[in-house]
Amino acid sequence: MLQDSDRIFTNIYGMHERTLKGAQARGHWDNTADLIKKGRDWIIEEMKASGLRGRGGAGFPTGLKWSFMPKESDGRPAYLVVNADESEPGTCKDREIMRHDPHTLIEGCLIASFAMNAHTCYIYIRGEYIREREALQAAIDEAYDAGLVGKNAAGSGWDFDIFLAHGAGAYICGEETALLESLEGKKGMPRMKPPFPAGAGLYGCPTTVNNVESIAVVPTILRRGGSWFASFGRQNNAGTKLFAVSGHVNNPCVVEEAMSISFEELIEKHCGGIRGGWDNLLAVIPGGSSVPCVRGENMKDAIMDFDYLRGELGSGLGTAAVIVMDKSTDIIKAIWRLSKFYKHESCGQCTPCREGTGWMMRVMDRLVKGEASVEEIDMLFDVTKQVEGHTICALGDAAAWPIQGLIRNFRDVIEDRIAGKRGAIAAE
Amino acid sequence: MLRRLYHDQPESFAFTEANQKWAEGQITKYPEGRQASAVIPLLWRAQEQEGWVTRPAIEHIAKMLGMADIRVMEVASFYFMFQLQPVGSVAHIQVCGTTSCMICGAEDLMAVCKEKIAAKPHEISEDGKLSWEEVECLGSCANAPMAQIGKDYYEDLTAERFGEIIEELRAGKVPVPGPQNGRYAAEPLSGLTSLTEHESGKTKYNASVQLATDLGDTVKRIDGTEVPLLTPWAGKNATPTSRARADAAGWENTEVSASPAKKKAAAKAAEADHEKVDGAGDAERAADAGKSSDDTKGQATAPAGAAGADASARDGGKASEAKGDKPGPKAGGDADTAGRASEQPVDADTEAAKDGAAGASGPKGAKDEVPAAVGEKPGTLASPRGGKADNLKAIKGVGPKLEELLHSMGFYHFDQIARWTEAEVDWVDDNLEGFRGRVRRDDWVGQAKTLASGGETEFSGRVKKGDVY
Repeated sequence: MLQDSDRIFTNIYGMHERTLKGAQARGHWDNTADLIKKGRDWIIEEMKASGLRGRGGAGFPTGLKWSFMPKESDGRPAYLVVNADESEPGTCKDREIMRHDPHTLIEGCLIASFAMNAHTCYIYIRGEYIREREALQAAIDEAYDAGLVGKNAAGSGWDFDIFLAHGAGAYICGEETALLESLEGKKGMPRMKPPFPAGAGLYGCPTTVNNVESIAVVPTILRRGGSWFASFGRQNNAGTKLFAVSGHVNNPCVVEEAMSISFEELIEKHCGGIRGGWDNLLAVIPGGSSVPCVRGENMKDAIMDFDYLRGELGSGLGTAAVIVMDKSTDIIKAIWRLSKFYKHESCGQCTPCREGTGWMMRVMDRLVKGEASVEEIDMLFDVTKQVEGHTICALGDAAAWPIQGLIRNFRDVIEDRIAGKRGAIAAE
Repeated sequence: MLRRLYHDQPESFAFTEANQKWAEGQITKYPEGRQASAVIPLLWRAQEQEGWVTRPAIEHIAKMLGMADIRVMEVASFYFMFQLQPVGSVAHIQVCGTTSCMICGAEDLMAVCKEKIAAKPHEISEDGKLSWEEVECLGSCANAPMAQIGKDYYEDLTAERFGEIIEELRAGKVPVPGPQNGRYAAEPLSGLTSLTEHESGKTKYNASVQLATDLGDTVKRIDGTEVPLLTPWAGKNATPTSRARADAAGWENTEVSASPAKKKAAAKAAEADHEKVDGAGDAERAADAGKSSDDTKGQATAPAGAAGADASARDGGKASEAKGDKPGPKAGGDADTAGRASEQPVDADTEAAKDGAAGASGPKGAKDEVPAAVGEKPGTLASPRGGKADNLKAIKGVGPKLEELLHSMGFYHFDQIARWTEAEVDWVDDNLEGFRGRVRRDDWVGQAKTLASGGETEFSGRVKKGDVY
C-alpha cells in the first residue's frame, strides 16, 4: 500500500487547513521559482521521465503533450486550459482536489503554463460545482494576494494570469475542443481535428488542455523527481492516482493509491470489501461510464492500470472511477441508464451519435423489459459498431462501448430475460 | 433535447447594481473583443437573481456582450443548468439519477419528490415553493445517492432523510448540506484508511459545507450584496496584460463591501458555530418569503430590486448599465455618438431609453478628463466631396461592411484616412464596432497614402480587376 509520505494530495479529505498557509505547511509553493528557473526543457524532460499519463481518461503522456506547443511565439499568445468539467459518471476525484487541495492545482498551473510558454491559464469548472468554484476562487485570490500568481509570479520573473471560468451542465464540454468552444461563449460542440489545439485552440491560439489531476501532480513530481513518480506502478503506467470508488462496496470513497494496485487490494484496504462479500460481486465498471463493464469474477485479480484493463479485460482505466455492482443490480438497467445519459448529453452535431444514442437507448429500453427478440441483440451490437468511430468526438464511442461490454459479458442475462418474457406470454 | 422559452415572460430584466458590477468584472477575464466568453457566467448570474432565465435577460446579456440575441439564446438552450421556465420559489431540487446514484437508491429519492413535490419534473408544487428534476451525474459518486438543492450538494441520502429535508425546506429552514450519514467528505465511512495523521485540527465541516454554512445562501436568490466581489487579476499583483485590460474596461479593483450578513457569517465561521448561522439564514429567508408574497405575480418573475418600491435604485442601476454597455469609446464622441448610444436602449420601454442616454452622457464628462484613452476624433465630412466617394474597399482590410461603417462615420476619401494621426487612429479604432485593431493591423493609413497619391497597391490592383468584390 502507498505510504502517506508518498501521497501527493495530503489534504484530499479536507481535514487539514485548506488555506494557503496550510498548503505551504504541507510543502506546496515551496521555492516554486527555483523549479521554474531550471527552464522549460528541464520541466518537460522531467515530466516525460515521470511517465505521467493524462488523468482525464485517454491516458496520453502529459510531457509529450506539452512538447507539442510552439517553442517560439509567432505573435499569438499561448494558453493553458485546465479541464475541470468533471462529468463522467462515476468520477468525483477532481472535485476533492479543487475544494480541499486547490493550491496543488494553482501551483501546477503556473509551472505548466511556464513550460508551454503561456502567460494565461483558464480553469473551466463544471457549473454544478458551485462551492468548489468558490473554494477554488478563494484560493486563487489568496495566491494573487501573496504574489504567487500575477506579475512576476512567485518571484520567478514570469507574468502569469489564472482565471476561473465555468460551464452550465453539459457533459460534452469535457471534450477538449467542445470545452474551448464553450470557453469562447458558444454551444459546446466539438471541433474537427486537425488543427489540434496545440496549433489553433482557444481564440485560434496555441492551447493545451489538461485534466485537473494531471496538472495538480506536477509540482510534487518536479520537487521529488520524475524517477520518484515513475517508481510507482508498472512500466508505462507510472505514478499515483486518485481512485473514486462508488456503488456496492461497504465504504465508497475517493483515495489516492499507487497505479497497478490490484482491484482486490483497493477494495479491501479502503472500501471495506464488497457489499455481501466477493461472491456477491456481479460486475465492475473500472474507469467511468465510457468503458465497458467487466464480469465480477474477472475483476478480483485485475490490476488497476491502463494497459492491464485494456489489454487483458477489454475495458479501460479511464478516469479510475470504479463503479461496483453486486448481484442485486439489474445490469441491463444499469447500462440502459448510461445509454440514457449519452442520449441526453449528445450535442447533436453528428448524425450517427445524435440518432444512434436515441436508437440504442430505445432498444436497451426493450431489453430491460425483455420485450425483444434474440436477433435484436446482434442488431444492437451492429449499430454500436456503426456509431463508434464515425463521429467528430469520442462521445459516440463512449456511448457504444458500455453496450458492447454488456453484450460481450452478459449476453446470457439478456437472453434469459427475453426467454422469460416469452415464457410468461406463452403461459398466459 | 428540445428546450424552448417559457410562454409567459416578464416585461424586463436588469441586473442589480452589485450584480452589474460583478458582471463587468467577469468580462475583464477575457481578451479584448472576446467578451462573449463571459456569456455563461452572466446568464448564470441572471438565473441566480431571478430563479430562471427569462427572454429579457437573454436579450439584455446579448446587448451587454455585443452578441446577437440568437447566439445567447442558443447558449441558454444548450446548457441544461439554465432553467427556461419558472421554478419553485424556495428551491429547485435536482436529483442525480445516473448509474452510480441509481444503483444506490436514486429512484427512491425521485419517488419522494413525486410524492412530496409534484408528479412530474419541472412542475411546481401546489404551494409554489418547490420543483424538482432528474439530472445527469453531478460528480459526487462516492457519496451516492445525492441531490443538489440550490447551490449545495446533499449527499449520502436515504429516502427518509431526503423527505425530512424537503419538509424542512418547505418550513423555511435550510438543513446543513453535505453527507447526511456522518461522513466528513469523501473518505471511507468506517474511518480513515490513509492520511490518518492529517485528521487532527479539522474544521467542523468540509470545504463545501463550511462555505454553505458561512454564507448561508444555499437557496437564497442572489441580490448581489452578499457575494465577495474580487478581481485580483486587476489588483496589486496584476500582470501588464490584465492591468491594461482592466484599464480599458474602466475597471477598478474596488471591493464591494460585504453585507452585514456576510460579515457576521464570516465572524461566526471562526467559531464554526453553525447553529447561529442557521438562525440568521432563517431570518433572511423569512424576509425573502415576505418579499415574494408582496409580488402580486406570486411566482417570482421580477427581481427583488424591480419589485417596484425602490424605483430610484432601479434607475441608478440602469444608468450604470448604459455606462457598462459602452465602456470608454463612445463617450468621447459628439452629439452624434451620444445619439447612437441612445438608439440602443437598455430596456424596451422609452423611460429606460432616456435613462440610457442620460447614463451615456454621464461617463462622457468623466472620460473627457482622460482623452488619451479615447484618442482624438479626426475631421469628418457630412457627405463625399463632389458627391462621389473613393472606393475605400481598395484598402486591404476594408470590406463592404466596413466601408459602410466608415461612410457613416464621415470618411469618404483616401486622403482623409491618409491624414490620420496616431491619436486619431486610436479614436477610429475604438469606434469601429466589432472590428477593433483592424486599422493598424492592415496599415490603412499607409495604404491610403499610396492610393491618395494615385498609386496602386497589390491589393487595390486586384480590386480593380474585379477579383475581390
